[in-house]
Amino acid sequence: MDFALTEEHRMVEKMVRNFAQKEVAPVIKEFDRKQEMAPFVLERMGELGILGICFPVRYGGQGMDYISLGLACEELEVVDTTLRVIMSVHVGLAGTTLLQWGTEEQKQKFLVPLARGEKIGCGAFTEPGAGSDVSNLRTHAKREGDSYVLNGEKMWISLATKADYAVVTVVTDPNAEKPSRRLSTFIVDLHSPGVTRGDIHGKLGVRAGSTGWINFQDVRVPAENMIGEEGEGFKVTMTAFDRGRYTVGAGATGIIRAALEASVRYANERTSFGQPISQHQLIQQKIARMAQDYEIARLLNLKVGWMLNQGLRNTLETSYAKKFATEASFKAADDAIQIHGAYGFSDEYDVERYLRNARGAIIYEGSSEIQTLIQAGYALGERKDKPLRCELPAYDADYWQAE
Amino acid sequence: MKIVVCVKQVPDSAATVVAENGQVSWGDAPLVINPWDEYAVEAALKTKEAHDGTVTVVSMGGENAKEALKHALAMGCNDAILISDPALEAVDTQGTAQVLAAAIKKIGEVDMAFFGRQAIDGDAGITPVQTARVLGWPALTLAATIDVEGDTVKVERSIEEGRQTVSAKLPAVFSLVKDYGEPRYPSFMGIRKASRAEIPVWSLADLGIEAPAAVVEWPQIINPPKKDVTCEIVEGGSPKEIAEALVDKILAEKVL
Repeated sequence: MDFALTEEHRMVEKMVRNFAQKEVAPVIKEFDRKQEMAPFVLERMGELGILGICFPVRYGGQGMDYISLGLACEELEVVDTTLRVIMSVHVGLAGTTLLQWGTEEQKQKFLVPLARGEKIGCGAFTEPGAGSDVSNLRTHAKREGDSYVLNGEKMWISLATKADYAVVTVVTDPNAEKPSRRLSTFIVDLHSPGVTRGDIHGKLGVRAGSTGWINFQDVRVPAENMIGEEGEGFKVTMTAFDRGRYTVGAGATGIIRAALEASVRYANERTSFGQPISQHQLIQQKIARMAQDYEIARLLNLKVGWMLNQGLRNTLETSYAKKFATEASFKAADDAIQIHGAYGFSDEYDVERYLRNARGAIIYEGSSEIQTLIQAGYALGERKDKPLRCELPAYDADYWQAE
Repeated sequence: MKIVVCVKQVPDSAATVVAENGQVSWGDAPLVINPWDEYAVEAALKTKEAHDGTVTVVSMGGENAKEALKHALAMGCNDAILISDPALEAVDTQGTAQVLAAAIKKIGEVDMAFFGRQAIDGDAGITPVQTARVLGWPALTLAATIDVEGDTVKVERSIEEGRQTVSAKLPAVFSLVKDYGEPRYPSFMGIRKASRAEIPVWSLADLGIEAPAAVVEWPQIINPPKKDVTCEIVEGGSPKEIAEALVDKILAEKVL
């Protein structure tokens, strides 16, 4: 067993950290207040290869491994959650789903431009009336000749107004015996006629990001854009969630670190009762907890990254990592505010933004309640991983890096 | 175009550097490539891209200096050389210049040698000119722009009074300032290449020179005197009153 990161991993961390700290950190407060995405972010992340970090070079990616993906997410979310959200939907929901389930033609046509950062991808699963209850989706597609015609609305979609392509799960067979067989997944060009979309404002957090709705009105999608087979949409969606959750968990680890670093800095500067507040035991208790939670969250996420590299199924481990890290990040941000006192309550300091940003991840990408059910299901032996028709390929450096 | 860029591994700029028992200590702060040297690497890479060439990055130091070299490789340098020798431990800038000049000669047919304007640890800022002196090459320091045409180079120097344009024949030594433009980040492909690179280590014997004797010594290393700062808020009914009270205080304290 080897707990050490490779030199390559450490260089990836540093590179992504430098980008986020140098280019985004100085302006993030301004864009968070304006509830707008910094206009340069997607383009820069594309140019720098971050948007294609873990995809094989032959598919336009950078040839790094899945651990690098997690490390990048952590570094991005140390600066702001909205940066990591981009990775969750572009890489986690869209890109890796194509890598796992896509045909060679689909990979060439869609994964290559996504991995190169020339096009932006997102995942559109949630609807106004269905989130966790995926088998109860309403958006539907009807086969007409060589295409499917999509109708319905997706809601709470990250990058809804920025993305070029969306991985969309819809009902194709409302009468299927098993509810899960009702669904199929498509990759949809969001510039198609009949697609309208908009951003949602007034969110508690993730304000410098784009979260919105996408409406499909008689949108024609070529049949060859189906990802996986007809009726396989539930499975495709669940694997997309596994990947999305990994990025969310790894990112939340970054919030814990950011809260910890801010708290240590402030606790050493601020004095009360004649000494720095870091010398007060009740402050130390909060700081110790953040430090401990950071270590736990990081280990859980690195394990998932390692399992992905090995090609092992990781639904349960990803659930542990996602639930623990997101809940701990909220607690860490809350404690960081407490340590900062009244200053923490104002946006003069960053910790209030950490709290607002951390809250959403306890809901999205599988709420904590859903994670609890998943974990109980495995513990009780009621839930078992069955082999999938297409597994996410294990990381193979030679294959990944060959031109 | 054959380019050499010289880099140094230094304590991170955020490190708290203190004197402890007569030794400089930066605690457990990480070591990084000297930030000024990143501008030099950027200039070297830009020049290479414009004129079709190669960039060799060179550092003098211990095993940990390989990190600075790998950073430069990940940014896009073609190859790296570490100069390491136990006899170089107490070397000063003049000695460093002799070693780097010997390395540049050994590499051979070098047209341009790039440096950062200074290293943030020693802060002497004279290694580039000393190296130029040893090589007998012109030193174009504080370069903000570099234009090469044939065997002539034109440099805009960023100096206190403004910009100064100078030109020289190649080969030449250059030291770079921030005005040159932000250094690039390492690319992922560069990171992969760098993490696999086997960096050759040259000793003084490989360079064919004796250990240079230090002409500058550090007889004593002490912490700067601790500043005793107290803060007082000057109050008053109007800005005028506050200003008058402040002036009185400044005069009373003999600040002016």
